[in-house]
Amino acid sequence: MSDRSKTLRETIEKDEAGILERWIDKQLAAPSFRSDRISKTELAEHSRRFLSSLRQSLGSGTPDVQSPAWANVRQILEDISVSRAQQGFSPSETALFIFSLKETLFEQLNSELTKDPTALAAAIIDTNQLLDKLGLYTTEVYQTGREKVIVRQQQELMELSTPVVMLWDGVLALPVIGTLDSSRTQVVMENLLQRIVDTGALIAIIDITGVPTVDTLTAQHLLKTVAAARLMGADCIISGIRPQIAQTIVHLGVDLGTVVTKATLADALAIALRRLGLTVVKAATTGKRRPDGEAPSAPSDRSED
Amino acid sequence: MEHIPILKMGDFLLVTIQVDMHDRLAMTLQDDLTSRIVDAHAKGVLIDISALEIVDSFIGRMLADIAAMARVLDAETVVVGMRPAVAITLVELGLSLTGVRTALNVERGMDLLRKRILERLADDGPA
Repeated sequence: MSDRSKTLRETIEKDEAGILERWIDKQLAAPSFRSDRISKTELAEHSRRFLSSLRQSLGSGTPDVQSPAWANVRQILEDISVSRAQQGFSPSETALFIFSLKETLFEQLNSELTKDPTALAAAIIDTNQLLDKLGLYTTEVYQTGREKVIVRQQQELMELSTPVVMLWDGVLALPVIGTLDSSRTQVVMENLLQRIVDTGALIAIIDITGVPTVDTLTAQHLLKTVAAARLMGADCIISGIRPQIAQTIVHLGVDLGTVVTKATLADALAIALRRLGLTVVKAATTGKRRPDGEAPSAPSDRSED
Repeated sequence: MEHIPILKMGDFLLVTIQVDMHDRLAMTLQDDLTSRIVDAHAKGVLIDISALEIVDSFIGRMLADIAAMARVLDAETVVVGMRPAVAITLVELGLSLTGVRTALNVERGMDLLRKRILERLADDGPA
């Protein structure tokens, strides 16, 4: 194999400038060339860097593109792949950039080895395999880049979807939206506990209106959060329990223990205010407390009834 | 030998853990604290762990044990100033310290202790 890669290297070495020129011309002439996305000089620069590093790595004698000898080529391919992805090229277009080198190389090999058909066939197969691997590598890089973006978005989504809001002085609310799995619970718990420290809240209301299903695991996560908040000196109230969820909880035999549960966030806020020794009164009728403890709505907010 | 200072404030004992607890130190604290509760006729114990950054199951159990021992000796225990990371660790270890009262900081802990003592006096009522 090392003999064969030597053939390819010698071929390139013999006429690197010529190969490069023909390759660039081919790319520019190809119907898939996007002059609106990439400039001629940039394309030429990419091609030159790739070809020269390819020649160097071929000198190492190993055909394994994952080996350290090929690190330089891989690095250049990564750079090209990233910059092309940003320019709006699809991964297959980036791979085509590598594949387009085949034709030029084959022609060159052909003219070099016309007298030895066996060696020519072997050299073409090897070159083909090598460039296929490199072309696929650009696709892989593209994929990895996309996956990183997805993971980052997932994390951001997780942080965004677990806000801790201050309902009143000393009362925090934590509206949980979406499924409460282990990693989410961790984020929720950390956010909540940090806010308890920051605000010195005495009561935290966990609202699970937005949680689609509550199974034993979710309940356990909720109880963990409640226990952790209690260790920080804050009491927890769980609110927003929908009728179906109440049924599920009982059917599953989940024991919520001593945790106070309320049907709505309003009920939870009412009990939180009562525990803090606060009362909410209607502005007009002095001293008379509304039974549900809700803040009186302004006249403009009232619906016409 | 290393000791954690136990300060007497009126009816209460104040323990501030300022160093990382190791197991021997924890055992010493248990010994010291129980004897001080008896000697000082303390009605309440306040343990400030705001400087404690690392807990393991042993320290978690020690806190629960101290609270239980104090209760036997007729004193209330409040643990204050727990860090979020410590709280999460304890919960993950399955130690939610159900028997221990907690507060966010020393001030709140003192208020809680005073309230509890008053409640207990009221509960016992006039003999």
